[in-house]
Amino acid sequence: MELVEAIILAVLAASTPLLIAATGELVTERSGVLNLGVEGMMIVGAACGFAGAWLTGSILIGALFGIVAGTMMSLIFALMALGLAVNQVATGLALTILGVGLSGLIGAGFVGERITPAVHLFIPGLTDIPLVGRVLFGEDGFVYVSIALVVGVWWFLYRTRAGLVLRACGDNHVSAHALGYPVLRIRTFAVMFGGACAGLAGAYLPLAYTPFFIPGMTAGRGWIALALVVFSSWRPGRLVVGAYLFGAVTILQLHAQGWGVGIPSQFMSALPYLATVIVLVLLSRARSGGSTAPAALGTVFVPDR
Amino acid sequence: MQAHQRMLDPTSKGPHSGEFPLLQTAGLTKRYGDFLANDSIDIDVWPKEIHALLGENGAGKSTLVKAIYGLIQPSAGEIRWQGERINLSGPSDARRRGIGMVFQHFSLFDNLTVAENVALGLDGRESFKDMSARLEQVSKTYGLPLDPRREVWQLSVGERQRIEIVRALMQDPKFLILDEPTAVLTPQEADQLFIVLERLKAEGRAILYISHKLEEVKRLCDTATILRGGRKVATCNPRLETAASLARMMVGSEIKEVKAASARKSTVPRLVVNDLSLAPGEAHGVRLKHISFELKGGEILGIAGVAGNGQDELFAALSGERLSKDPGTVVIEGIAAGHLSITQRRKLGAAFVPEERLGHGTAPRMKLSENALLTGHAASGMVHRGFIDNAATLKTVDRATETFDVRKAKRDPEAASLSGGNLQKFIVGREILRNPAVLVVSQPTWGVDAGAAAVIRQALLDLATAGAAVLVTSQDLDELTEIADRIAVMFHGKLSAPLAVSEASREKLGLLMGGSSLEPREAAHAVGA
Repeated sequence: MELVEAIILAVLAASTPLLIAATGELVTERSGVLNLGVEGMMIVGAACGFAGAWLTGSILIGALFGIVAGTMMSLIFALMALGLAVNQVATGLALTILGVGLSGLIGAGFVGERITPAVHLFIPGLTDIPLVGRVLFGEDGFVYVSIALVVGVWWFLYRTRAGLVLRACGDNHVSAHALGYPVLRIRTFAVMFGGACAGLAGAYLPLAYTPFFIPGMTAGRGWIALALVVFSSWRPGRLVVGAYLFGAVTILQLHAQGWGVGIPSQFMSALPYLATVIVLVLLSRARSGGSTAPAALGTVFVPDR
Repeated sequence: MQAHQRMLDPTSKGPHSGEFPLLQTAGLTKRYGDFLANDSIDIDVWPKEIHALLGENGAGKSTLVKAIYGLIQPSAGEIRWQGERINLSGPSDARRRGIGMVFQHFSLFDNLTVAENVALGLDGRESFKDMSARLEQVSKTYGLPLDPRREVWQLSVGERQRIEIVRALMQDPKFLILDEPTAVLTPQEADQLFIVLERLKAEGRAILYISHKLEEVKRLCDTATILRGGRKVATCNPRLETAASLARMMVGSEIKEVKAASARKSTVPRLVVNDLSLAPGEAHGVRLKHISFELKGGEILGIAGVAGNGQDELFAALSGERLSKDPGTVVIEGIAAGHLSITQRRKLGAAFVPEERLGHGTAPRMKLSENALLTGHAASGMVHRGFIDNAATLKTVDRATETFDVRKAKRDPEAASLSGGNLQKFIVGREILRNPAVLVVSQPTWGVDAGAAAVIRQALLDLATAGAAVLVTSQDLDELTEIADRIAVMFHGKLSAPLAVSEASREKLGLLMGGSSLEPREAAHAVGA
């Protein structure tokens, strides 16, 4: 019983950064922009988030630092890929390389420092319920924010006019422009939202997951988040399933190692990445009917004026 | 210049009610760098008028309507709306004033529903639910049926256009711009559209109607303004003109008539397709179903049909871009070729001209000589022991240039720098110079000016006269009846039995294009069996 609860809590904690980053990237890609710089924006968010929390002693301010840092990084991307119409794939990859270096520079002074991690919710009575109490009512704030974020994004995309316009830009930017929508401005906002989410997801790692900063601590989570967006076929509902699935694989491989399952630990650590590849293959095989990806994804748009 | 144009303009003091035209442009000019897309254009459009805007590709029609719809800002001149000068900040500004537009290349979103597409064209002041209700009401009122919940990719071209029109009508426009609305419609669908347009006119709206189908303009429009090279050439009453006189004003010179050589020898079949069926290669594709036909040397077979009924898939299956498992489905010069690659088919004597000039027919950023090599490498002696013979590729360019009058700035420019008509002449010329036994060509004159179109059609006729088998896919029925010996129609991936061109009336072809059968009893019999 105790173990099951512990595993569920660990899975939620491992899944949350994936969910937050992937939700942001989903919005970006729905507007038709492919930003491969998620990993870079996350790691800068992690370094700045930790720096903010260590300097002020406030987890909330740390998280805000992470969000602002991620947004700033995404603005570099927006300037290059949208403003100057540079190839999006190349820009995204460059952003990740830049982010990894930048985070090492920012975080250099903070390696080895510790902070008090984000507090977990406690509601007397509710949190004490066996098994589900801590899972539902004893999480840190980030977990609740991530859930609210996905629900909010779903509502935005499918229930608001602004969301419809954003999806329209991702489907056909020429038509959207012809109808008078400011495609580049809309995409810039979508990229900034993606950056803010990646920054927050990065900040989650040193602020709640482990209370210290080490260089490269995102360890490929940005790439998994990107794969998750494809896995979800650009739908928020499936994104939740995917994120928790991958979180679960990550945690289970740790436990499997603990239980002494006779499989090399390296293979077990590789399992989440392997699962990503397999899911991508299966999805591309099963695809039929309407196109699942935003039709304008990754294409450059230069309006004529 | 200005005075001259006024003189030509009988509508400025025409028999119209009201003091001011609904919409007027005065000296409207749009400059892109050194290039004048619109040079001081004056037009007046009055209420209750269907006003045609005629001109070749590149004459400046699209630029003019984009300025009127607020999509681009004019460099000089002004637009007057009910006599008052206006500066449009964008399409939504135009829509607010009562200017609506139906685009030629539909401004639709394939993966969104009909209702969502309509909502995107409105200003969003009503709830989605109210909008959906109004959508159903408008589509019923004008007899333009639509299912608001379906996604656009599932719809036919005619249905897609209905969305565009309903979307424009829902703004209750006083002034509606239609950009080549009948280019993709069957003759029957076009007739239905004309009924809607006449009704809109009767309701007191004005319509600016862009087309280059002259008979249609003569039938429908009250006034015609003709543009050429960015300038207004004339404003006239199209009913008092002949199609030939309108064409002369559009082109600026007489167009050569295409002539078929009298005696054509029909010999052995050079291209045979036997029961070709093929699953679609991509999402939204069309499945080819049991296609069979036989094409003899010296013969031109036309394939008509509304776009998106399997013509692209048929082209891919014939050219070898998609292979079929059964080699016998495509037979070129008596050799089963269904499983052969594009290059192998070229070696058998086949040549292919795809619909899309840039990106499919040519690599846009490569020189013409390199593009000649790309299709000619297999069978034209341009490659020796793996090395390119530059002299030979350049010679091909020169020969195509001379024979087909390709106009270009230098000897060997990039493909993308040529105009559509000149590039198409080059592509067709490149293939014809290889003396193919079989030529498969898709939309040979799509978006090509009338002069170049005549050259290309004549080249196809001459090739057939020389004994080649020519398969032409086109949406332009006039083109097919002009050059083809027989015409078959594609609908939902099936090909009708070919009709001799003498029997292929517009009505018959239109019925086939809409999916009806010409022999209802036989069809019923087939279903029973």
